[in-house]
Amino acid sequence: MDVTIQGSSQKFVFPAWINYLLPLVLILGAGGAVYVPSLVGYALNPTTLNVGYAPVQPVPFSHALHAGRLGMDCRYCHTTVESAGFAAIPPTQTCMNCHSTIHNDKVTLAPVRDSHATGKPMEWKKIHDLGDYSYFNHSAHINKGVGCVTCHGRVDTMDVVRQAKNLSMSWCIECHRNPEQHLRPRDQITNMTWDAQVDAGQPQLALGLDLKKKYGVHDAAYMTSCSRCHR
Amino acid sequence: MTTMTRESSFPELPDPDAVRNSMGGIDSPEIDNTSDDPRQRAPLVTGDNDFASVTEKVTQLALFPIKKTPKAWWVAFAAALFLLALLKFTIVYLLVTGTGIWGNNTPVSWGFPIVNFVFWVGIGHAGTLISAILFLFRQNWRTSINRFAEAMTIFAVMCAGLFPALHVGRAWFAYWLFPIPNQMAMWPQMRSPLLWDVFAVSTYATVSILFWYVGMIPDLATLRDRATSKTSQVLYGIFSLGWNGSSRHWVRFERAYLLLAAIATPLVLSVHSVVSFDFAVAQLPGWHTTIFPPYFVAGAVFGGFAMVITLAVPARQFFGLKEIITMRHLENMAKVMLATGLIVSYAYATEFFVAWYSGHHYEQFVFMNRPMGSLKWAFWTMFLCNVCGPQFMWFKALRNNLWVLMFSAMCVNVGMWFERFVITVTSLHRDFLPSSWATFVPTKIDYLMLLGSFGLFFTMFLLFLRFLPAVAMAEVKSVLPQAHPHHHGDDHSSSHGDGHDGGTKDGEAH
Repeated sequence: MDVTIQGSSQKFVFPAWINYLLPLVLILGAGGAVYVPSLVGYALNPTTLNVGYAPVQPVPFSHALHAGRLGMDCRYCHTTVESAGFAAIPPTQTCMNCHSTIHNDKVTLAPVRDSHATGKPMEWKKIHDLGDYSYFNHSAHINKGVGCVTCHGRVDTMDVVRQAKNLSMSWCIECHRNPEQHLRPRDQITNMTWDAQVDAGQPQLALGLDLKKKYGVHDAAYMTSCSRCHR
Repeated sequence: MTTMTRESSFPELPDPDAVRNSMGGIDSPEIDNTSDDPRQRAPLVTGDNDFASVTEKVTQLALFPIKKTPKAWWVAFAAALFLLALLKFTIVYLLVTGTGIWGNNTPVSWGFPIVNFVFWVGIGHAGTLISAILFLFRQNWRTSINRFAEAMTIFAVMCAGLFPALHVGRAWFAYWLFPIPNQMAMWPQMRSPLLWDVFAVSTYATVSILFWYVGMIPDLATLRDRATSKTSQVLYGIFSLGWNGSSRHWVRFERAYLLLAAIATPLVLSVHSVVSFDFAVAQLPGWHTTIFPPYFVAGAVFGGFAMVITLAVPARQFFGLKEIITMRHLENMAKVMLATGLIVSYAYATEFFVAWYSGHHYEQFVFMNRPMGSLKWAFWTMFLCNVCGPQFMWFKALRNNLWVLMFSAMCVNVGMWFERFVITVTSLHRDFLPSSWATFVPTKIDYLMLLGSFGLFFTMFLLFLRFLPAVAMAEVKSVLPQAHPHHHGDDHSSSHGDGHDGGTKDGEAH
């Protein structure tokens, strides 16, 4: 009985150059395992995606001028911030309180005057935009001692308002777990430069824990339950 | 003796003709290998087979040119593909529409998806038991069936994994099951058995795939060496990782295989124990019992062996493997199925006894509700299939009748699905408060999805049969009489089939 060899007699073994390819594959594999997740993680990070969003508004309104140099209180315009979920974008009438007499012929303010004349509201661009699936209430935060600057940054230095924090869920949760690190007396809510040590003479943690008790801030289990924000 | 075409890659081998002629001729008598004669070890491969013919038989299906694929395979594959298409359709429909297309709704939030998940995960256990535990216990009969039982495990776990991923509702968020750092500062609930399940099943899938693949490397090299087309040579070549059959390779291979078997062994017990925790940790009458882990594991092995039999009988019949997967193998599996079936029956009885003995009002109600409530048809189907179905296996004549064997196995396949249905649905639909009772009515999509999952399973299995070595050739050769020449007192310089090239290195027996 003879042995016939089927098809190609050459069995496939790895060619010699595979020996050089192998370390390369290992390096690329190990490097890729670090590089790709890092890149994706960085690119999709809410800080990368959201922070610094500063759209051009119909009127170049400067918070640096109004809230900074002129020292206007935030609540002069954002009137409902202490009593409602939404912090009220002011109606044109609020602008005209002053601008009917001050800079009342300035070219850049023409859209405001038009709006006032026609009754058609200004179309401001929304910057801090949470997902519709999350419930947020300004008044709850303001009344429990969370200052404007904590979430919005130093608006009093911004000519064009930009998003200062990433507004990610972890950002919310971290404060909901440990609110004492961010609480301040209610009368300092709109103060952009307030500091526990400097202005209250107490470490933030000590003061925060006191205020937490005083303002009736709930415990972490309550504050981090799903339905606190996803209602 | 038939003329065999084979490749000789080891020129130093002895003359194959001489070797083959010395290994029992064509007229060696047919042996009934199901008997247990203490004077003679029953052969595990019947017929006139030697190292070369085992290779021939196993590789032929994988190496057939496409046109020569057996008709039976095409018919089965077409049917499986149809069911797979059905599964795809139902999944797309589900993703587009939402989970409302299923029948599960409060209070029966775990309807078919979880029933199917537990069913499929259970199936896999026979594969791991055969490949790991029987290996460690030196049960040589496992060699003929371990490869495809392992394949069955992997495909069953694939089917199983599908259902919880879909059952989470928004399947595109299924990755939330894993503890991946994320912008939400959210982590899976480590105290939940559902999360333990994620780890148990993913570990199980990983180890099973590794075990299966590592064990296959020498056989893939055989396919590589015998493949005729360039593509298959290169593909088998890549996946056989440069195997050349040297002693060094064999030593390392066997060590790795032993270690993997040791790693896989606890999984046989752990995976379904953890699956049972999904139920047992919940404080629901009918679920909250300590018997669940062993009861689930026995049930899983029971159902798994039924599925191995279901697959083995037609596979050996249609693809020329009758002499390798012999009646003895089927007989042994039937015995395991009977034994585990008795454990399961005992567990059923214990559940009822404990419900009565506990004096627990709700527990007693649930167990009266099962055989007598609105879902009694499901309970009695389960009882008939799982308790009565395997009883035929007590009798050798019935065990050795393939029709009866298949009937029993099919009974168990059906019964084990109903067992999970009974456990899941009866406890949920009648819980503590009568005001929250409801009736569970599965929808058409529920049934189609269950059917479709068989499509996925069989498609994968048929592809496996067609393109991979369905039997662990190298291992089967090691249980051939030719591999143990010292048994006959002959003089030999080496032993053990080298396996990877259909070689006839050292056989000289009979």
